Amino acid sequence: MRLMTKHLVWLKLLFHTLALSPIIILIMLVLSEQAGGDPVEYIIHYTGMGALNSLAAVLLISPIAKYFKQGLLMQTRRLIGLYVFAYATLHLMAFISLDLLFEWGLFIEEVIKRPYIIVGAVSFIILGLLAITSLSAIRRKMARRWQQLHNLIYLVALLVPIHFYWSVKSEIIEPAIYIALMIGLLALRKSSLTKIINGLSLAIKPSSARQPCVKKT
Amino acid sequence: MTKKYNQGLTTQTPWQSKDHQVTPEAIFNQRRTLIKALGFGALSAGFGSSAQAGVFDLFSDKKELKTFVTTPLSFSTNSSYPLTDAATPLKKVISHNNFYEFGTAKNDPAANAQGFIVDPWQLVIDGEVERPITLDYDDLTQLFALEERTYRLRCVEAWSMVVPWTGFSLASLLKKAGVKSSATHVAFETLYDPQQMPGQKSRRVGGGIHYPYVEGLTIDEAMNELSFMAVGLYGKTLPPQNGAPIRLVVPWKYGFKSIKSITRITLTRSQPKTSWNQLAPGEYGFYANVNPAVDHPRWSQASERRIGEGGLFSAKRIATQPFNGYGEQVASLYKDLDLTRHF
Repeated sequence: MRLMTKHLVWLKLLFHTLALSPIIILIMLVLSEQAGGDPVEYIIHYTGMGALNSLAAVLLISPIAKYFKQGLLMQTRRLIGLYVFAYATLHLMAFISLDLLFEWGLFIEEVIKRPYIIVGAVSFIILGLLAITSLSAIRRKMARRWQQLHNLIYLVALLVPIHFYWSVKSEIIEPAIYIALMIGLLALRKSSLTKIINGLSLAIKPSSARQPCVKKT
Repeated sequence: MTKKYNQGLTTQTPWQSKDHQVTPEAIFNQRRTLIKALGFGALSAGFGSSAQAGVFDLFSDKKELKTFVTTPLSFSTNSSYPLTDAATPLKKVISHNNFYEFGTAKNDPAANAQGFIVDPWQLVIDGEVERPITLDYDDLTQLFALEERTYRLRCVEAWSMVVPWTGFSLASLLKKAGVKSSATHVAFETLYDPQQMPGQKSRRVGGGIHYPYVEGLTIDEAMNELSFMAVGLYGKTLPPQNGAPIRLVVPWKYGFKSIKSITRITLTRSQPKTSWNQLAPGEYGFYANVNPAVDHPRWSQASERRIGEGGLFSAKRIATQPFNGYGEQVASLYKDLDLTRHF
């Protein structure tokens, strides 16, 4: 069955439900004390996983759409992408409000000093830019630049699981699986990623050509 | 990737293990199964009372059906340890635990350890001692006069609690065995029982630690009056998630030094290879003294989130004190040591 435009509203409703239900479950878990006596770490981890899982989901859309010839699915990417940002925001807010208890000095110090937090902060800033520019009007205005900016999602796909891997004390199996998963999802886009990288190196080359550098071996 | 880890204490050479002393595993397990069956029988008698159906029953599955039973202890209160800090409520102390043998999430131990069997138990004290001794379950609470001490507990993850522990000093236990002058360190080992501890059975559940868990102190640290063997908290025997039936509490060190569910204490001639220190020596030192001046490589140790009364937003961030505020009693132990290098 080919999905048609009339299905889109149902599809979006399904994705909204899938994305919002974990938040409702989290609230119930915390209120019923199923998340432990001091659920701070639980909430931070849970919302972080929400961001990571929705990121994996948004990167799965276009391979699935291509493989099953369901072009309509592509129209759900913005919705899921915004949930990645929403979960990342909850994750950051939980860290600042529940763990650091709004000690902004400590927050700034931690962001500067700790590499895994820098990795997370860079990802968050990129996700914020992508969220803002997801408005149709801005997208039209940006024209070709829009795609260039939104290619940064592939960088986020690598940074976020690295942030996860780096943050844990010793339980590295799960983050390692996510790193592999993200590499797999990027591998599915080998040809377009090669184009992006070639484009980047072309943009850099002219300047480096002006200053030839001879290396002795 | 082929780093070699010491798993547990390796003080026994093969010729020392006397096969006839070891209970055949099958018989040991039979005994455990029988005790387990009895335990469940007794608990199931109480099911009728837990009939409060609620919205959240969806999530509470089997957990509430079997809660480990703790019993009141008789003890005196040691007034040498008065604490102005408000104690962390029992509910939080028993539901926010790092005990990777039962899972790595803070709520995992409370969820996975309720069926843990603590009686029978054996605690062996051996190595460089005059008289190796073995304590059984009843000895743990009866051999020494019990006292209550309220200590601050500072986790290396920068959260802290205040807990009234019941127990006896480690020094009194070691004196009973007679410390030889050759002993320089004390090594502690947690029970190794993958049947009961899912984290020891699965690397994923157990967070990649090489079990059994081992911790250690120098002999001077062990003999310090603060080093405490806890058998209870809030006046009752320890729940499994807090290290039943007996655990170490060294309040001036990060929490991971205070090893839980101890089966063996071995006095040694050299510094024991401890679990976290072997896993990540750059992050977890052997000494692991609470020190606001030395950050963990991935987070600040200058302040801590004190878990107290009240809801999510009622916690407070307070300045971390050197030696967790116990400098008066222990700072002299380290007068010749560079604590930045020996963190």
